[in-house]
Amino acid sequence: MSFFTDLQKTLRQNIREYGMFIALFLIMAIFTATTDGVFISPRNISNLLNQTGYIAVLAVGMTLVIVIRHIDLSVGFLAGFLGAIAAIALTSWGLPVYIVIPMVLVMGVLAGCITAFPVAQLGIPSFVASLAGWLIYRGAILLVTLKTGTIIIPDEAFNAIGNGYISDIPGLDSFLPELHKLTLLLGLIAIVFYIISEINSRRNKIAYNFEVLSSGVFALKLIFMSALIGLITWVLAGYNGLSWTVVIVLIVVGVYHFVTTQTVLGRHIYAMGGNPEAAQLSGINVKKLIYVVFGSMGMLSALSGILFASRLQSATTTAGTLFELDAIAAAYVGGVSAAGGVGKVTGSIIGALVMLSLTSGMNLMGIDISLQYIVRGAVLVMAVVFDVATRTSGK
Amino acid sequence: MDTPILEMKDITKEFPGVKALSNVSFRVKKGEIHCLVGENGAGKSTLMKVLSGVYPYGSYTGDILFDGEPQKFFNIRDSERAGIAIIYQELALVPEMTVYENIFLGNEIKGRFVIDWNETIKRAGDALKKVRLNVNPETKVKDLGVGKQQLVEIAKALSKDVKLLILDEPTAALNEDDSENLLNLLRELRGHGVTCILISHKLKEVIEIADSVTVLRDGQTICTLDAAQGEVTENRLIKNMVGREINNIYPPKEKREVGESLLEVRNWNAYSPALGRVILRDVNFNVRKGEIVGIAGLMGSGRTELALSIFGNPVGYQIRGDIYIKGKKKSFHHPQDAISAGVAYVTEDRKGNGLVLIQDVKQNITLANLREIAKRSVVNDNMEVKVANEYKTSLNIKTPTVEQKVMNLSGGNQQKVSVAKWLFVKPDVLILDEPTRGIDVGAKFEIYTIMRRLVSQGMGIIMISSELPEVLGMSDRIYIVSSGRITGELPIEEATQEKIMQMATN
Repeated sequence: MSFFTDLQKTLRQNIREYGMFIALFLIMAIFTATTDGVFISPRNISNLLNQTGYIAVLAVGMTLVIVIRHIDLSVGFLAGFLGAIAAIALTSWGLPVYIVIPMVLVMGVLAGCITAFPVAQLGIPSFVASLAGWLIYRGAILLVTLKTGTIIIPDEAFNAIGNGYISDIPGLDSFLPELHKLTLLLGLIAIVFYIISEINSRRNKIAYNFEVLSSGVFALKLIFMSALIGLITWVLAGYNGLSWTVVIVLIVVGVYHFVTTQTVLGRHIYAMGGNPEAAQLSGINVKKLIYVVFGSMGMLSALSGILFASRLQSATTTAGTLFELDAIAAAYVGGVSAAGGVGKVTGSIIGALVMLSLTSGMNLMGIDISLQYIVRGAVLVMAVVFDVATRTSGK
Repeated sequence: MDTPILEMKDITKEFPGVKALSNVSFRVKKGEIHCLVGENGAGKSTLMKVLSGVYPYGSYTGDILFDGEPQKFFNIRDSERAGIAIIYQELALVPEMTVYENIFLGNEIKGRFVIDWNETIKRAGDALKKVRLNVNPETKVKDLGVGKQQLVEIAKALSKDVKLLILDEPTAALNEDDSENLLNLLRELRGHGVTCILISHKLKEVIEIADSVTVLRDGQTICTLDAAQGEVTENRLIKNMVGREINNIYPPKEKREVGESLLEVRNWNAYSPALGRVILRDVNFNVRKGEIVGIAGLMGSGRTELALSIFGNPVGYQIRGDIYIKGKKKSFHHPQDAISAGVAYVTEDRKGNGLVLIQDVKQNITLANLREIAKRSVVNDNMEVKVANEYKTSLNIKTPTVEQKVMNLSGGNQQKVSVAKWLFVKPDVLILDEPTRGIDVGAKFEIYTIMRRLVSQGMGIIMISSELPEVLGMSDRIYIVSSGRITGELPIEEATQEKIMQMATN
């Protein structure tokens, strides 16, 4: 009895947080049913995650940009442009991949800071500043690919980023031959790590006499999350295991989640988004934060460009087209508020997954592209309406 | 001459928890200049908002008779139609539009299908002549000075065939010449039969121009004085404005030694490029260990600007002058510099620039000093809750948990969160800007008690306030600010409401 009232209370209090998970679960369930299970097949899920990668990293950066009440429209073509630079560096300049990747990431940071400059120093709206970037980088891609057209990338290490999978533990071929053992092991480690850290944090809170979830609900949460991680690893292990793209996205999300929730920098970013004047009067250097957030956005654009070029094994003249809008949509679906100060990195990742699941599922069902756009638009609106409705009522 | 154009009877207006007006009666005779005076918060603006329909009929009780007819105004349009025009302190002009566009904004002269611009310009010229403003109607409003903009507003009102013109502190932002011009214009309009209500803090100008004066205090009508009878004198006005007794609403003062100078400001001048005028002139003051220094002055006198300019100047004034912290010269380029030097500033507008309303109590309390609870820049959440709970207890912040969003707290408790936030930076000097604005009596007393406790622990407090009883009840020493200058310094023993009012309206 008390377990269910506890559960109800917890769900109601966190409906905003869990709403996205529930939506994603529903969408996946519906597509699994309508495609006779093809949607949930290891191969499709693996593909889906790899396709989400380059939008997901952009959505992570975009989350912070929107949190501080700005926008960056230039990220799509910046990603495309830097992808092309990476391709040129690998082919024409003959640079090794371990130099090309850091170089391109640094160029991304610089590009982000250039967008930030007029915004921070002169108070130019970021919409305008980044729209200029959109045009400039679009021109820049065309310029660098003018002579060659599409640039084929022959470098195997580079192409593995978007297409490769982590290798399995050697010498265990006879044991569970259908499955990827290292992936399973990593999943298991993740579950153990998750449970230990949750229990630790709960114990810590109890030591400080803070309110915690009741033990029943807490156990349920642990079981549910462990099952979820377990399920995903099982599905992935059934195909080729973890892809490098997923590994990269997980690292990016982990780092950004940590920075935004646990560090002084993260707090300052959210305070600035919530009330820029109050933040400034609290001794926060608001200008510096604009550079930091746009710089990180630029770096993630570079990463997105690398992931995309690597996935296609080439740099094309249209790479990056509409990435920025997909990233912005993912962030809004994931619960970021345009009013500033609200939005989680993890939410945006879920948002990106929701949007890509829609595309993937509808493709499998053979739904026409025209309808796909309309459905995705409707989902975007519904997500934002849900967000606004749950924010104004209660809490 | 003696027929009233306006009669407001028994007007009562309540806001949640506050009675802003109680049984106010207000009578204005046709063709007179009637001044409305009172301290900040006395209810002048509220009364005018009731009259102009900003607070619609039904949200207050009482009757309004205009031109002998009972009126029910549901919005500003209704009152404008009846012939009442109100000109607010913050001008309601569109800076990027021309003078003629502004004059007929919302009242456009239409030809058959489209606006007849030629007729508009011609009539705008006529309206400008009436206010004796000699500018091209095609000038953009932003290219005019504040004084001229004021006249454009009046021209706009006159173009609507106004019978009653209300001006809310029209001369607050004007220099002496412009003020004189405006007063002359009002006299002239009176000659043409326009009745005028003037809200003003400047008693000299009230005495100069008023035919009669109504004094409001604490949401009640105190008296109406008639100039023809010789009743409008400075003494009488001030006495009626401040006439309340100071009750026992301030915690007792302890005897304590005043120590070294913590913060001193010398020859402080500030110019605002945004407003295009000098806002502070040759300000000198100091605060010492263990004392509460009151800074009194009317709204717009430059008190908040003074605090901001000292506190790292985030608004970008051009500043000349020196700051000394414990005798050492310092310069602050950013609020961070001021905070590190031990200065904290609780802003006047806690919702606007004080708190992050969408964040919770603990996040607001720790915001200005996150490093204190962080190790290598990683915030310790549990420590944060602990710190927040300590302040919750010591300042008696009424909230179920420190995880409550600040926007859900009452004004008094929000103010305590603001204070807690700045106490957590462990300052030597605490600047409190209108620390008790918009909070109830009980919470006020708590804030006062906290202030007393802090000074007895050796802090120096600067309290900016427009409530004279508060200044007198709490301060050890008082500076009076008027038009960006310090016009007086009084030790508490010599200070009276009358003296302060005199210096503040100087």
